[in-house]
Amino acid sequence: MKVVLRDKKTFTLDEIPFAPCYKPGLVAVNSGWRNEKPVVDESKCNGCNLCYLYCPDGTIFKKGKSVGIDYDFCKGCGICKKICKQGAITMESEK
Amino acid sequence: MAVNVKTISDDELFYGHKACAGCGGSLAVRIALKILGRRSVAVLPAGCMSAVGFNFPQLSFANNAIISTFAGTASMMTGIQAGLKALGKKDFQVVGFAGDGGTADIGIQALSGAIDRNDDILYICYDNEAYMNTGIQKSSLTPFGARTTTTPVGSVIKGNLHNKKNMFEIVAAHGITYAATASIGYLPDFMKKVEKAASIRGTKYIHIIAPCPTGWGIKTEDCVDIAKEVVDCGLWYLAEFENGEYKLNRKIKEFSDVATYIKKQGRFKHLTDEDIQLIEASRNKKWDYLNKYFN
Repeated sequence: MKVVLRDKKTFTLDEIPFAPCYKPGLVAVNSGWRNEKPVVDESKCNGCNLCYLYCPDGTIFKKGKSVGIDYDFCKGCGICKKICKQGAITMESEK
Repeated sequence: MAVNVKTISDDELFYGHKACAGCGGSLAVRIALKILGRRSVAVLPAGCMSAVGFNFPQLSFANNAIISTFAGTASMMTGIQAGLKALGKKDFQVVGFAGDGGTADIGIQALSGAIDRNDDILYICYDNEAYMNTGIQKSSLTPFGARTTTTPVGSVIKGNLHNKKNMFEIVAAHGITYAATASIGYLPDFMKKVEKAASIRGTKYIHIIAPCPTGWGIKTEDCVDIAKEVVDCGLWYLAEFENGEYKLNRKIKEFSDVATYIKKQGRFKHLTDEDIQLIEASRNKKWDYLNKYFN
């Protein structure tokens, strides 16, 4: 095969194409992974937000003076239950 | 003012990933990205965090993120930093999240080069003490006695025979701008260090211990407690290296029991009392050294 050299062309940085990129997006939930789900007792919660900080999946969010849980993505690891000093989070088995 | 649980951003930049329940590494990545914000570019080599974060079309990173070659995390970070600078971008932070194998074994050459050039990057090593993504093989950061699939427990040789590499001190020996160790059990300390690192220009390195429930043989809910305990019993330490000086962030007057820490984990199940005494002796030796040379 004969090697063909392309014409030498100068170009600016703006003309260099970027690599393929994709927008972030989620298509599937992780709720099927768990056997137990955490349930927050809002009357016991003192709003220290430790569970929010230590959740590996970030599924616990601040909600007023308490916290809420995104059950679509919670994997039920139980770290929140263990970290809660008030005993406001209990694990309930999934039916 | 240092960022704390009340002031940390509510933005979740690492969400919906497919890491195992109770994963320590994903917690480290999530917290670091919350502090660095959307204007950080994440580079991830082959390893758990790239395997769980980029399951197309399930893309879990909300900021710019890219998978690098296994050996080239730091060199890709250098390239991204140089490229963004050439495009005239300002106010960004290139951050890399590599596992212990990708840092201490395979990526050490590229990391060493980046530190030598003092490129403005933040390298975070989440240390789960083995190659967890491929099914628990020994890395050079696997501690003494741990069972992995490449250091199995047999009738003669029981588990890993080598000690954990002093990766933090190897990095610091380059004369790096800023280096620190952390643990996911002490997140406020880690958050402070990430925030500090982001404000410094030059190469930064943070080594965070991140237990892996699957590989360590612990319950998923115990992950954070184990990460606390490894610091409390003296087998890991929280330190910083800045301006050529070491600083110990958490001085421990009385260590908690090493045997309790060891016995909780499936990977150490075979260890005898003599083995635990050996581990204790090496811990005491390490702390003699730390007390002598760290402030």
